[in-house]
Amino acid sequence: MSERIVKLIIDGKEIFAKPTDTILKAAIDNGIQIPTLCYLEGLTPHGGCRLCVVEVKGNPKLMTSCTTPVSNNMEIITNSPKLIKYRKQIIELLLAERIHTCSVCIANGSCELQELASKFGVDHTNVSRNWERFELDMSHERFVLDHNRCILCTRCIRVCDEIEGVHTLDIKRRGKDSMIIVDLDEPWSASYSCTSCGKCSAVCPVGAIYVKGKPLSETKRKELPKFITERRRR
Amino acid sequence: MKEIVINPVTRIEGHAKVTIFLDENDEVKEARFQVTDFRGFEKFCEGRPFYEMPSITSRVCGICPVSHLLASVKACDQIASVIIPETAERLRRLMHFGQIIQSHALSFFHLSSPDLLLGMDYSPMKRNIFELIEKYPEIAKRGIFLRRFGQQIIERLSGKRIHSGEWIMPGGVKTPLSKEKRDMILRDTPEALKMIQVTLEEFKKSIERFRDEVESFGNFPTYYLGLVSEKGLLEHYDGKIRIVGPDGEIVADNLEPTKYFEYIGEAVEPWSYMKFPYYKQKGYPAGVYRVGPLARLNIVQKCGTPMADKELREYRKLGKNGIVESTFLYHYARLIEILYSVEKVKEMLEDPKILDENVQAKSYASREEGVGVAEAPRGTLIHHYKVDRNGKIIWTNLIIATENNNLAYNMAITQVAKKYVNGKRLDEGMLNRVEAVIRAFDPCLSCATHTWGRMPLSIHLYDSRGKEVDRLIQENLP
Ligand code: SF4
Ligand code: SF4
Ligand code: FES
Ligand SMILES: [Fe+2]
Repeated sequence: MSERIVKLIIDGKEIFAKPTDTILKAAIDNGIQIPTLCYLEGLTPHGGCRLCVVEVKGNPKLMTSCTTPVSNNMEIITNSPKLIKYRKQIIELLLAERIHTCSVCIANGSCELQELASKFGVDHTNVSRNWERFELDMSHERFVLDHNRCILCTRCIRVCDEIEGVHTLDIKRRGKDSMIIVDLDEPWSASYSCTSCGKCSAVCPVGAIYVKGKPLSETKRKELPKFITERRRR
Repeated sequence: MKEIVINPVTRIEGHAKVTIFLDENDEVKEARFQVTDFRGFEKFCEGRPFYEMPSITSRVCGICPVSHLLASVKACDQIASVIIPETAERLRRLMHFGQIIQSHALSFFHLSSPDLLLGMDYSPMKRNIFELIEKYPEIAKRGIFLRRFGQQIIERLSGKRIHSGEWIMPGGVKTPLSKEKRDMILRDTPEALKMIQVTLEEFKKSIERFRDEVESFGNFPTYYLGLVSEKGLLEHYDGKIRIVGPDGEIVADNLEPTKYFEYIGEAVEPWSYMKFPYYKQKGYPAGVYRVGPLARLNIVQKCGTPMADKELREYRKLGKNGIVESTFLYHYARLIEILYSVEKVKEMLEDPKILDENVQAKSYASREEGVGVAEAPRGTLIHHYKVDRNGKIIWTNLIIATENNNLAYNMAITQVAKKYVNGKRLDEGMLNRVEAVIRAFDPCLSCATHTWGRMPLSIHLYDSRGKEVDRLIQENLP
């Protein structure tokens, strides 16, 4: 019995979950909201953005709820002044790292980063902004890859690999120099593997991968990976 | 040589500085209008996808964003090789009329009326819209109503008041006009017509009082340039370029707006960031031309709406051969254009075609170049882009409406300075007049980083060795 169900406390509320569940899943299943960004239901968790951090009693480190499995008698806090402070800082850093001028961005009004910034009241950054400019890849007939807006969440990579199954997209370099690449760092139009399915543009949380000539509000489909995985036989 | 600097000019949009040069006898030799703020928009755009241009460039200005939007989107239509649906064009025009009404109302009522009604010698601390509301509440009310009327057209079409960069898009506009919104705008038009008519009547009656200003506020011959419709009527969105000479003769007509570089030269001067466009065939600086309301009324046969045409006939009596030269009369021309725009708004809204739902044509980049030209409230506005084969911007050139008048500013300021400046002291009345003549042009210099009325005014007096010997600063005009 205790093998199959664990008991834990989230924000003072006693809840039950499967041992394979992550903290995030257990929270969502019990109506507790934790902010996320790189996480997308239906894709393997990446644990990169660290927006979903929570406090776990007895553990001095903050844990990413999207990747940390639950365990028996865990006590978790999802919202505290400390967590809010960290989340705000993460949003600030994301905004500062590439050129996020919402007012002239194609994603203005349908961007998850912008939404988070406004939810957390981040209206400026305390770190100096990096204005380095990257060349866009506009070579694909239907899609644009604009590195200047990319937050390196890897949703596009995961959806292309796990759902479409072609692994056209990947990442090169490390840290702040990381860049999304197509195949072996080629222009998108030269890609042999890309099936032009558009899943990457459907899940990109910002205006970094999008469909040419269409408002983002029409092409964003965050629920796509969940929808597809649920229909697949396991 | 002494140098007087008025810096920055208050109650115009953006940053500016006026420098007046005196000769050894303390007589005004020359005056220059300088723009010291460089924003580098052209550089900023390189590498971006062409369809981002409307939204980026409409931020050149917070006062006339719709005009930039239109010039930009027309350039994009060309790059995408698309002919937009008829009603998309109607809606774009409609929004532009909203822009013209609100911009002209701002210029006349909020920015210039304090000078006109309270007088140029009125205490500068109180020569502003608030004092106007106090002393002339009826007039201030009309200004506020007309401005809102224009703003609401923009808002009701796009859902946003200032930046409509997502509504106007290459290929047309994003959403059609709903019947309710149409009726809302239409409901306000009779009131708007009445208000602009009353204002025109009052302005005409007051003209006698401004005889000095009419004579000396930039009253000189130039060429006039702008768009006219196929029939030679007033045109703000499309049409062909016409250039009219100082005596009213048409010196060039039916010019292709996209070939502007064949007849407009762009000179540069080391002391200003603003370019100096001129009529190429006459050379620099002899080819000085003016744009904007005054120029537009000088180049057209008629406006094309009954009430505005009646006013135009009366207005033209102030000129020779129907050509009105005085920069001061830009104000008058602006009022006639407001009347025309309100008439047009009514006419367009009464045509059921305005509700047509086919407002978008789809297309991608297919040409390497596009030029969009529109008549902004302040005059002819040109956006010119070149793109690579994927539609990435590689080169841009913008000629902003205000720039077209650049040569004329210097002439106008020199004329005013010669009449009113006494080199031995800084006298407020004359400074106000220097500013007022600039405001008559209604320049819009960089963008709305500063709003009217909140800029400090500083005046510097230099001696012949370039040493500052006097300074006058008024902190934060209310
Ligand atoms: S379009 Fe489909 S196949 Fe091509 S990169 Fe995007 S997700 Fe992968
Ligand atoms: S392109 Fe979009 S989805 Fe891909 S890593 Fe960048 S932000 Fe994430
Ligand atoms: S959502 Fe958990 S780390 Fe990004
Ligand atoms: Fe402007």
